Amino acid sequence: MRRSASAIVGGGIVAAWAVVAIFAPLLAPHGEGQIVSTTVFAPISGRFPLGTDYLGRDMLSLILFGARDTMGLALAATALASFIGVTLGTCAAVSGGMLDAGISRVMDAMISLPGLMFALVVVAAVGSSIFVLIVTAAVIYTPGAFRIARALATDINVMDFVLAARARGEKTPAIMFEEIMPNMILPVLTDFGLRFVFIVLLLSSLSFLGLGIQPPAADWGSLVRQNIEGLGYGAPAVIMPAIAIGTLTVSINLMIDGFEVRRRLGFADVR
Amino acid sequence: MSGSISYPGAAGRRKAFNPVVLRLIGRRIVANLLLLLAVSLLVFLGTELLPGDVAQIVLGQGATPEAVAGLRAAMHLDQPAWIRYFIWLGGFVSGDFGHSLVNGDPVAALIASRLPNSLLLAALTTMVSVPVALFLGITAAIWRGTLYDRIVNIVTVAAVSVPEFLIATLAVLVFAVRLHWLPALAYLGGADSFTGLLRVFALPVITLSFAIVAQMARMTRVALVNTLESPYVEMAVLKGAGRVRIVLRHALLNAIGPIANAIALSLSFLLGGVIIVETVFDYPGLAKLMIDAVSTRDMPLVQACAMLFSAAYLVLVLLADIASILSNPRLRFQ
Repeated sequence: MRRSASAIVGGGIVAAWAVVAIFAPLLAPHGEGQIVSTTVFAPISGRFPLGTDYLGRDMLSLILFGARDTMGLALAATALASFIGVTLGTCAAVSGGMLDAGISRVMDAMISLPGLMFALVVVAAVGSSIFVLIVTAAVIYTPGAFRIARALATDINVMDFVLAARARGEKTPAIMFEEIMPNMILPVLTDFGLRFVFIVLLLSSLSFLGLGIQPPAADWGSLVRQNIEGLGYGAPAVIMPAIAIGTLTVSINLMIDGFEVRRRLGFADVR
Repeated sequence: MSGSISYPGAAGRRKAFNPVVLRLIGRRIVANLLLLLAVSLLVFLGTELLPGDVAQIVLGQGATPEAVAGLRAAMHLDQPAWIRYFIWLGGFVSGDFGHSLVNGDPVAALIASRLPNSLLLAALTTMVSVPVALFLGITAAIWRGTLYDRIVNIVTVAAVSVPEFLIATLAVLVFAVRLHWLPALAYLGGADSFTGLLRVFALPVITLSFAIVAQMARMTRVALVNTLESPYVEMAVLKGAGRVRIVLRHALLNAIGPIANAIALSLSFLLGGVIIVETVFDYPGLAKLMIDAVSTRDMPLVQACAMLFSAAYLVLVLLADIASILSNPRLRFQ
């Protein structure tokens, strides 16, 4: 029972962050990037609930607006990775043979590259833009989605109702999209959540290194980087955006832990 | 008992390194070398995407066309990409990593000055994290289902799902800013005595160990719990053995393979963590060198660092694979 209670708490926090991301302009006490105080790295106060940053901007407003960049980019990258991974995985499982072997080998090769390292090489080569970040994160996390979808689809592919569909003369795409995919929605959604966490961590790490989303846009990782000078004064401006990331990623994990699917699939925490 | 049937244990061929195992390991080594080759191709393609003429960038806008042409020839830029790939790869294998685009220093020398620092950090982190993780994982498996197990589970889930820089900034805030126990930055100059060493490395090592310990403890616990589900452990339960005895005497030895696998795989998390940690603590290691090179788009340096990190990663994954192969008892009776 405790398991489902933590899942509800986690789900609530995730939903709250989603609302924040959508309605940031209505919720934020100050405008985006507006300098509202002459004190930099101000401590927590009634006027500035999370203090001020290195320019004297309201930290609460910055974090509320930062939710959009953090979650928006990660959502786009996760959707792309899951879509490609699930489609290719199902396709490989249903077709089998050379196609399956070919795609699987490429994915095996991709999964054995350290993700952050790959992202660094890409950013060094082509620079950092929103498009590059989304595609890079998606490329890094596609193989994981592929593996899980392929494993699920291989199990479903030998079931009687799929055999019946084949006997009716259904074509391969119809079998993929109408017979197999609807039966893997729950585990695929669970995997989507985990993948979203990995991508949030990857993108915010890049931003923290100054190689992610570029100013004036600022996700939570960039906010930590911008205010790192305040660490020596114990300014809340450094720690608050990092805590924001933690609340989001830990909540998603708590939510997913509530589903039994995670254990049934034997998900390793490795990508 | 006619002669053609061989019984495990009776046949006497219980060798961990029999031809089948060696062939499997050999295949993994070849596969990893091929992967490293694929990585090198990818890393090289990275430079090809770089817009602009590298020779022009190195010499600046004021350079004469002759000087640019000369440097282009010296850097083999006038040759097709696939030839340059092999020149680059050949240089790499023989230890010639080229020269930095920023200051012209040999990349090999830059790396040689930083690599020992990173290796020291990695070694200290391994020495701290492996015992702690094994302790947490084994005790959580012994007392599985209890409040202790649940607390370890929640704490480790949290530790693997927060960014490393959150742990790093929290550690600085608590130990350096509030308690004044440790310096916030890593100055290697202070590391000449044991207490000096402790002060310099405490924060980076704690931060790096955090996520690795959590990952390793979880995987250790899973490996043990999987073993605990086997019939022979049920037998031990039925004959009345206690929890501690069952885990330590009956399950642990059979779970050593998966645990060794878990240790190697978790240590590969070092490669991501070290990038963040060396940046936060301004630690003069290889990862900091690579981040600086990425910022200045110093491609020869980025290439060399990426190749070294990928090679280290592949070695750890290979060790994990070999641990699973060696610990599979079915492969010993071929």
